[in-house]
Amino acid sequence: MGNIIKLKIDGIVVSVVEGTSILNAAKNVNIKIPTLCYHPDLCVAGNCRVCVVEQEGARTLTASCATPVSEGMVINTNTVKVRTARKHIIELLLSEHNSECTKCYKNGNCELQSLAAEYKITNENFIDLVPLHNYTIDNFSPSIIKNNSKCIRCQRCVRTCEQLQSVSALVVAHKGEHMKISTFLEKSLFDVVCTNCGQCIIRCPVGALIEKNYIEEVWNAIYDPNKHVVVQTAPAVRVALGEDLDMRHGEIVTGKMVSALKKIGFDSVLDTDFAADLTIMEEGTELLTRLKKALVENDKTVALPMITSCSPGWIKFIEHEFPQFLSNVSTCKSPQQMFGVLTKTYYAKKRNLDPAQIVSVSIMPCTAKKFEADRPEMRSSGYKDVDYVLTTRELAVMIKQAGLDFRSLPEEKYDSFMGQSTGAAVIFGVSGGVMEAALRTAYEFITGREVPFTNLEIKPVRGMEGVKETSVKIERTLPEWRFLEGVTLNTAIAHGLANAKKVMQNVASGKANYHFIEIMACPGGCIGGGGQPIPTNAEILMKRSEAIYMEDTGMPIRKSHENPEIVQIYNEFIEKPLGQKSHELLHTNYIDRSEK
Amino acid sequence: MTEIKEMVKILAEKHGRERGALMPILQAVVEKQNFLSEEAMTEIARQLDISAAQVYGTASFYSFLDIKPRGKYVIRVCKSIIAEMKGKKEILKTLENSLKIKVGQTTPDRMFSLLETNDIGWSDQEPSLLINETPYTNLTSEKIINIIHEYRSKN
Repeated sequence: MGNIIKLKIDGIVVSVVEGTSILNAAKNVNIKIPTLCYHPDLCVAGNCRVCVVEQEGARTLTASCATPVSEGMVINTNTVKVRTARKHIIELLLSEHNSECTKCYKNGNCELQSLAAEYKITNENFIDLVPLHNYTIDNFSPSIIKNNSKCIRCQRCVRTCEQLQSVSALVVAHKGEHMKISTFLEKSLFDVVCTNCGQCIIRCPVGALIEKNYIEEVWNAIYDPNKHVVVQTAPAVRVALGEDLDMRHGEIVTGKMVSALKKIGFDSVLDTDFAADLTIMEEGTELLTRLKKALVENDKTVALPMITSCSPGWIKFIEHEFPQFLSNVSTCKSPQQMFGVLTKTYYAKKRNLDPAQIVSVSIMPCTAKKFEADRPEMRSSGYKDVDYVLTTRELAVMIKQAGLDFRSLPEEKYDSFMGQSTGAAVIFGVSGGVMEAALRTAYEFITGREVPFTNLEIKPVRGMEGVKETSVKIERTLPEWRFLEGVTLNTAIAHGLANAKKVMQNVASGKANYHFIEIMACPGGCIGGGGQPIPTNAEILMKRSEAIYMEDTGMPIRKSHENPEIVQIYNEFIEKPLGQKSHELLHTNYIDRSEK
Repeated sequence: MTEIKEMVKILAEKHGRERGALMPILQAVVEKQNFLSEEAMTEIARQLDISAAQVYGTASFYSFLDIKPRGKYVIRVCKSIIAEMKGKKEILKTLENSLKIKVGQTTPDRMFSLLETNDIGWSDQEPSLLINETPYTNLTSEKIINIIHEYRSKN
């Protein structure tokens, strides 16, 4: 801890740790200073100037986000100078912002709009510069729409893409009045090294970066009497959806969400968690098979460490950045895609439906899932396995459009078949969850005993640390797994692509010796996905994470292999993990995109 | 490995692979190639382990780091306020007429490119321009025609 600094803000004496910004010091005493370019997850930029305050003795106004406190400082946040400056700054931003607010997708959830409303900007002191610029809209990506006419150049997206994701698809280009947020050679996001993770979207204060929405398409499918519309919901949606519907951060809304989906008119409301359990069966078996080949058969062609494949942002990242490790990635499709293909094969057969009639919709905390569903490999059923991917935010919009009072909805249960799941599946939504679920099942396969952690809670894989390393020693194995006796299984978990990159660099240099790595593209895992309610930040992530673990604890079954519907689907349809059917439907291959 | 990739690799070995090496590498490539091609920028990114967009972002900031192919002689007319007052418009018109191209374009024989630039430090002798690295000042339309003629007859 640094020294304690005393200062005065609006007449109130404040004591904070040295290095605290004026902005955060003011927050401590409930003085709200408006911000736009500031974001708690990112480094300070200080470029929008809307947070200016007056410092006694200083010649000019001070950007409170970028100025650390000092002893004896006297700050005033509400003076005529500050108010006039802020108002002018907002007006100047608006003069370059395409203020077609009523026709904007972010209408009602725009930080600039809120500020304009707060400061009652009604006059036209500045010329509207938008018509003088030749702004472009990029809507070629299946995930992200980038509209430069709305951009206020706060550079939150640029900092996000660089600091959290180490992708830097979005950068500042050109200078002066021509300065803009751009991609490589101004290409479409579809044509550059972009992982579609959507972290830029959840931090964009305006409507410059938004998800490509498929709300109308889904409504049309629901209204079409000839279509059978199946919906699946990802683990992380149930702990965040409520935030867009006037509920607390991290409130568990599983039952209400199921109820809302039924009322909206989906013919069958099912759970991606079922496919998460299935993923554990396939991926767990794949890991053990790889270990056996490497340790017993001494097969040098087996790629270890094996890396998880659930996160489509991560998949696109490794395809661009580390193609030499593509054979290390589990061939398992993500739960969304496993679910999609089963919907149009197994489910169709069981319900006696023509797969051509089925529209398969998924609700995801993710924008990269939209890209994933569009991949040409994801048509193993003979149809597009997942027709439309909606984000948590889009579902919230539909619930509002349907006129439902979400808070008062009753709690309902998922339909069956493919609606049953376990605690192991729900934790897929948080960083470390896939690892924990896999260990719960794999350890029991090998030893016949439960993982040696109280209440099945594998604490070392939990938490928000960027890279988590754990080793599990395997002892007293069952006879068929004797080759693993005494083996220490080394694992690593990374979330956020900047952390993923670090782990991969350690693997590449030979510094790290892992057997199994879990990687999620988004900070916090899917709970922090690019399709989650805005805002998302570290504090909110903690609440969503707690909710996920609470949901796990509350489940009657907490291990994937004990899910009765999983047992049944293997008996009736897939036969066995990594069997022929599973290869046909549940596994995939990847593309080297390094030349792009 | 292509010629450009080879060149970038040699430059990275010379200047290092830190972020600070980006500027000298960009300048060296422009010097050799006359502009930064997509391939060159992608390879610089690979060598420095940064994104191609970051290379582009830096290059696009500087008017002397061309990201479009330019002619053998790049004419940059000063667009400072003083140049404007001393008759830059006339100079540009003469150049456009004489070269049969507009600002931002390159002649079909790839001999001349015509661009504008920020102040080049000859405000006391405006209008002024640069042809590659040579400054020409106190310009008149006649002078311009002679200068262009001179360059044409060099080839």
